[in-house]
Amino acid sequence: MQVTAEGVSKKFNRRPVFHQVSFTVEPGEVFGITGRNGSGKSTLLRILGGLMTPSAGKLLYHMNGSALDPELLYRHIGYVAPYLTLYEEFNAEENIALYARIRGLPLTRKEILAFLARVGLPTDRRDPIRSFSSGMKQRMKLLFGILHQPPLLLLDEPISNLDSSGMEIVYDIVREFRTRGTVIIATNDAEDIAQCDRTLTVEGRT
Amino acid sequence: MLRQALAIFSKDLASELRTRYAINALIMFVVVTLAVIMFALVGETLSPGANVGMLWVVMFFAAMSGLSRGFVAEEERGTTMTLQLLASPSAVYLGKLLFNFVLVGALNIFIVLLFLITMENFSVAQPGLFWTVMLLGSMSMASATSIIAAIIAKANTKGTLFPVLSFPVLLPLLMAGIDATRIAAEEKVWDNAWPDLQLLLSYLVVVTTVSFLLFHFVWKD
Repeated sequence: MQVTAEGVSKKFNRRPVFHQVSFTVEPGEVFGITGRNGSGKSTLLRILGGLMTPSAGKLLYHMNGSALDPELLYRHIGYVAPYLTLYEEFNAEENIALYARIRGLPLTRKEILAFLARVGLPTDRRDPIRSFSSGMKQRMKLLFGILHQPPLLLLDEPISNLDSSGMEIVYDIVREFRTRGTVIIATNDAEDIAQCDRTLTVEGRT
Repeated sequence: MLRQALAIFSKDLASELRTRYAINALIMFVVVTLAVIMFALVGETLSPGANVGMLWVVMFFAAMSGLSRGFVAEEERGTTMTLQLLASPSAVYLGKLLFNFVLVGALNIFIVLLFLITMENFSVAQPGLFWTVMLLGSMSMASATSIIAAIIAKANTKGTLFPVLSFPVLLPLLMAGIDATRIAAEEKVWDNAWPDLQLLLSYLVVVTTVSFLLFHFVWKD
């Protein structure tokens, strides 16, 4: 998927977060967004994910040469962030089955367990995910983002709370997804930045 | 969209049955309110018209104490963004509307049954009309409170805002509902209730249509 931002600005009330950000990310590219704390990396990622509207500027998404309807963007993006909260009263398998059902993915139980194993989560735990460690929850969020194999994967601080094996899983996923789509990572971590082909530094306004 | 809405509805139902987030509070509210009414009326009997008014007062405040939970619970748990990433706004609204309808429908049946058991002088002359009014009233109440709950979910003072915003919106429903229920309880003729039924049906269609159109703006940002 090709993603183009043209003069995107964001203000909260009258406080500017960032001003006139423009870039194009080509299919197959891993694009990094960096910047100091409070510069608006996560806000920009939320805007790219259709979760927030920009105060000015526009965003264009093209897939196989045709423009995407922004209303249907949720079908084509995967979003992983530490501030994302999953349904903690359900267990891991129930969560994945729920997301698959809402997205209309006909996943069998065997496939769901295979997905859990892929991100290094135990397949035999029946307790609600509220009892999971923060690293295990981050792996669940990773699964939430990739379950529907989206052509655009947006990762906000993807390795937060993860151990070295979790980090390796994230980078495996990034390498896999760049072959079929686009990956955008908002991060300040040197290892994350090393995965990127290009980076953009967001200059926040205070 | 329907598939997504049904999945969201079944998620809410499973979540509610597991956490008892709203059900316990609603049942306690209804039982305690009826107990207070019965204590206050010791030795006295309300007229059928006053009984109907009391029934709608309990239904209204029970709805106020529980129907905002669908959206407020998503906001409090921090899962609003998860839902935004999963489904279209229309599917989310329809799923929540279905859940609220089932919740308010079950709640109103429970309240009516308790009234029939405990309140003297409360009877229904026309059960067909009575349950039609209850059905239309429950659907309308679910529809209006769903969009108001979505609006107030992000506010800090949601507990106060919900009844304050709901009352003027629900006023036409309450007036028509109380009048039609009184006719169903006291009179033998359906015809007298037609204007109220038409108003209830129109209210349901208008509020649901407007809610579908507005929800997109409420849901994003």
